[in-house]
Amino acid sequence: MTELVIIGGGPAGMSSAISAYENGIRDILILERDDKLGGILRQCIHNGFGLHKFKEELTGPEYAYRYEKKVKELGISVKLNTMVLEITKNKKIIASNSEDGIFEIEAKAIILAMGCRERAKGALNIAGTRPAGIYSAGTAQKLVNMKGYMPGKEVVILGSGDIGLIMARRMTLEGANVKAVCELMPYSSGLARNIEQCLNDFNIPLKLSHTVVALHGKERLTGVTIAKVDENRKPIKESYELISCDTLLLSCGLIPENELTKRIGVEISPVTNGSVVDQNRETVIEGVFSCGNVLHVHDLVDYVSEEAEIAGKGASDYIKGVNNKTVNIPISTDGKIRYTVPQIITEKKDTALYFRTSNPYRNVNINVYANDKLALSRKKQRIAPSEMEILKIDSKILEGVSKIRLELEEL
Amino acid sequence: MKRELTCIACPLGCSLTVTLEGKNILSVVGNTCPRGKEYAINECTAPKRMVTTTIRCENGELVSVKTSQPIPKEKVFEAMEIINSTIAKLPLTIGDVIIPDLFGSSVVATQCKE
Repeated sequence: MTELVIIGGGPAGMSSAISAYENGIRDILILERDDKLGGILRQCIHNGFGLHKFKEELTGPEYAYRYEKKVKELGISVKLNTMVLEITKNKKIIASNSEDGIFEIEAKAIILAMGCRERAKGALNIAGTRPAGIYSAGTAQKLVNMKGYMPGKEVVILGSGDIGLIMARRMTLEGANVKAVCELMPYSSGLARNIEQCLNDFNIPLKLSHTVVALHGKERLTGVTIAKVDENRKPIKESYELISCDTLLLSCGLIPENELTKRIGVEISPVTNGSVVDQNRETVIEGVFSCGNVLHVHDLVDYVSEEAEIAGKGASDYIKGVNNKTVNIPISTDGKIRYTVPQIITEKKDTALYFRTSNPYRNVNINVYANDKLALSRKKQRIAPSEMEILKIDSKILEGVSKIRLELEEL
Repeated sequence: MKRELTCIACPLGCSLTVTLEGKNILSVVGNTCPRGKEYAINECTAPKRMVTTTIRCENGELVSVKTSQPIPKEKVFEAMEIINSTIAKLPLTIGDVIIPDLFGSSVVATQCKE
């Protein structure tokens, strides 16, 4: 029996392991499928990480290294090159690697920290041929930054997520000609700073309300047809435009990797594609916790680390038999606010609600209703779907309350 | 004259308005922190950018690197050429200097490599 098994050795897994150690747990094992700790940060060689957590601007590998070093210093066990195949309801983990073969571990508590993956071309339904030269932005990032291969010379990017924007700059710096970034929505899903420093710096056009409607080329991509879309996101025929290119990068959103989670019957939110959790990031299955991008996709790794600390503490308390669950308060939203994490509150303590909106807004109030009574209101000048917001609620608000609702009020 | 900028100093991405008279900066508004003001002043006088990229090591593998300071924006492509024609000696620890002087900055490793 292992007290705590953590699935995934990226920023969430490492941070939750350190937090569990600092909360008194010693018997911890991290299972990581790659050959090193660090997860996706290893290929994110650009800067912009750690401003919240370390008050300085780090690159992805530097940020990961701080945690990797700590994990090693604390002597936390890690199994690399290890793939988890299955988790059972009674917290048995079946995994495999080339040293141990297929093996089983029984865990007292499990933290799910598997991260997310990119939405692929197959999921996007683009007409035309299927030539070489079409990559997800993250795959291109791995090829350029870790393998030293350039995926192409003339590039179009579909989707303006941060990875797509970062790759527009990266490919440009390495000599490629990035012709356009097409975004289906009338606004970008990337950070404003990335539009500035990755596109505007290099005069790369950002075509909002545009999509790719056809792919051309037999063996290698020779071009894409792009089109403007109407307010229903349907392509407008008259706007079709052929752009010649040898490479198309897709940056069309991320999906939490919850295949293992679904099979043990953890409730998955259709909005976040991650588990439904309480304030300790515990799922509906006792002793199974979830944090990081497998729970909901974050825009800043700093928040991933922070959330993983909560899960690490929660798992430690569970292992030690500490149970302060006295309430069961569901948190609902009005749709303008897309979701909150946590979705349930089970302890009467100060709780930070993480949330995102479904559209960009200016000058709004975020209102918290406890039993339909306004309990807290926070003014916001600017709010966007690409940026996660945090709202701290005081334990006093939870007194005698059976439900919480978050609403966005346009002023 | 007024110039609208998006601050790149942190993920907040504040919208900045700079009021200029010729090359003189009269005011910066919209920033939430002193870094924003500094960015706006630099951007209107001598824009600078951090460069993050990779360098080939003597064993053929790549090591990720960054400029220790932002360098003049117009020198970024020239800097890339110099970086791409450099071979890094191993082993490397985070912070090790690979190119000591590059447009007023140095190029340092952002990853350990044995």
